[in-house]
Amino acid sequence: MTAEAVQVIARARAARQTRSLVVTVVLAVVVFATFCVSLSLGDFKIPVIDVVKTLFGGGDHATEFIVNTLRLPRALTGLLVGTALGLSGAIFQSVARNPLASPDIIGVTYGASAFAVFAIVTLSLTGVAVSAFAIAGAVLTAFLMYVLAWRHGVSSYRLILIGIGIGAIATSITSYLLTKARVEIAQQALIWLTGSLNGRDWSNVRSLAITFVVLLPFMVFLVHQLRILQLGDETAYGLGLRVEVSRLGLIVIAVLLAAVATAAAGPIGFVAFVAPPIARRLTRSPGPAMIASGLLGALVVALSDLVAQHAFGDMQLPVGVVTGVVGAPYLMFLLARANRVGSGG
Amino acid sequence: MENVVEHSLAADGLAVGYDQREIIHDLSVRIPTGKITVIVGANACGKSTLLKTLARLLKPSRGTVLLDGKSIQQIPTREVATKLGLLPQSPTAPEGITVADLVGRGRYPRTRWIRQWSKSDDEAVAEAMTSTDVLSIADRPIDELSGGQRQRVWIAMALAQETDILLLDEPTTFLDLTHQFEVLDLLVDLNKSDDRTIVLVLHDLNQACRFGDHLIAMKDGDIVAEGNPSEVITEDVVQDVFGLAVKVVPDPVAGTPMVVPIGRHTSRTDRTDTAAAGSSSGNLAAAALAASAAANGVCRPTPE
Repeated sequence: MTAEAVQVIARARAARQTRSLVVTVVLAVVVFATFCVSLSLGDFKIPVIDVVKTLFGGGDHATEFIVNTLRLPRALTGLLVGTALGLSGAIFQSVARNPLASPDIIGVTYGASAFAVFAIVTLSLTGVAVSAFAIAGAVLTAFLMYVLAWRHGVSSYRLILIGIGIGAIATSITSYLLTKARVEIAQQALIWLTGSLNGRDWSNVRSLAITFVVLLPFMVFLVHQLRILQLGDETAYGLGLRVEVSRLGLIVIAVLLAAVATAAAGPIGFVAFVAPPIARRLTRSPGPAMIASGLLGALVVALSDLVAQHAFGDMQLPVGVVTGVVGAPYLMFLLARANRVGSGG
Repeated sequence: MENVVEHSLAADGLAVGYDQREIIHDLSVRIPTGKITVIVGANACGKSTLLKTLARLLKPSRGTVLLDGKSIQQIPTREVATKLGLLPQSPTAPEGITVADLVGRGRYPRTRWIRQWSKSDDEAVAEAMTSTDVLSIADRPIDELSGGQRQRVWIAMALAQETDILLLDEPTTFLDLTHQFEVLDLLVDLNKSDDRTIVLVLHDLNQACRFGDHLIAMKDGDIVAEGNPSEVITEDVVQDVFGLAVKVVPDPVAGTPMVVPIGRHTSRTDRTDTAAAGSSSGNLAAAALAASAAANGVCRPTPE
């Protein structure tokens, strides 16, 4: 073996890392810019430069009140929810080796919705109690899905099919509850079901931030294993990975991320589904491209919320109405282009 | 390999099955160290099951697989992965992964998430890719490669694990003839250069005879015969294992046993007008083959 051979390997590795690093940095800048723009807009417009100053502690009292107290919790909730959904989708899609396996396609978020609607309609609950029900619903749905899909280990297609089945059941329950409810309450439940950031405060930010801090070490540890899991169960066993343990760990993390995001802002559709494939194509990463997926999730939610709040004059839409419209065309564009080049799938 | 102790692999009283169906009932075997062992047998005879059990992918219901004399199920799976590498029959690669990236993942059992990638990992990957001749395509995505190249890349990934024992499940199945020989020649190189113990499942008996030092013939989850090719591949054993009447003649190139199936339509008299019509044509064809082998002179494999 020669030194040149080692250099070829080192160079190939460096090239891969550089690409992801550049994409990640650019995405982070774009997310921050969108974040600042969303803080500057509203009934009282503040120049973006003043927003940045205020964020770093240099604004006057009036802007500080508007930016830090009125607008920041909502914007931060949006970023964190988007990040959580992006990460959750990336883990689910990689574990199942299938882009359909995002939490908003398989049953997880539908389960959360059914429970939340039950809390709103039947138990007349609001606020934190609804969130708690949503988390319980997501976790219970995921557990049911995992147990039903288990047969000497969990295979990808069984997980997806059973997930879609459970999702359908959960949707039926939701519809049943809605048709039985009084109109005003049904309307309230419907807004929750679309996914909205309106009126989010620091308590939402706090619960999301705590979830991230707690899950981060596990995520770093398990995502390292996800790269091996992607090579197929047999190869992964051969490389000394305890396949079922790490798959279960990854699913638990992905479910918790999706559950907490749904509890905070309702089932914002399409983010978990669309962010990871875009991230993978931008970074040209064969792996899950976790950081980029999280950033893209945050970007999709932030942009959608900008549009939902400000593009229609006085009418403010729930963010979930817009996410699909923002995310889907870009994914379709990427798929169409990749197919023309011949490397799509 | 720099290890002083050579690793040994054996099985004792194995019973393995899926669900309710038991495939292997009571099987004991010793894999000769530093040799190429080929497992042969008809479809569904349990040869892949045996290989997977040896690789601890399947847990036996009775009996044990012994790695260096210890039960493989008792050794941490990651430690096993530093001694024993596996190439499954149809491995899946994530879309768009490059050759160097894939081979690098073979280093997984030797890295910890704290101890990140180091120079020695680069060296192991470079060595694995040099010996499988895939260094020049390091940056290419796997999806763009030919079947033979792809199989060499997967072998490189298993080599990057730096294990003394390598198990391969039908590594030639989806390859054309040229690429089949390319892969098998590569395995012989790897066996010769590092005294690696290699175990593989093959369908082609002639290739098994040519490339295997040690053959294991299986039928209904049992070992029918094992030993060197000329002991194992006899007309009686092939008749027993595959239920097919054959002639075994010396391979005109390697001198190893060569299996010539007889079959029901051996001599297509409707087509071969040179064959003497009406005679017992099966024997005639076999005799002709044997004569041609004798005429060419049976070559012994040339020592390198």
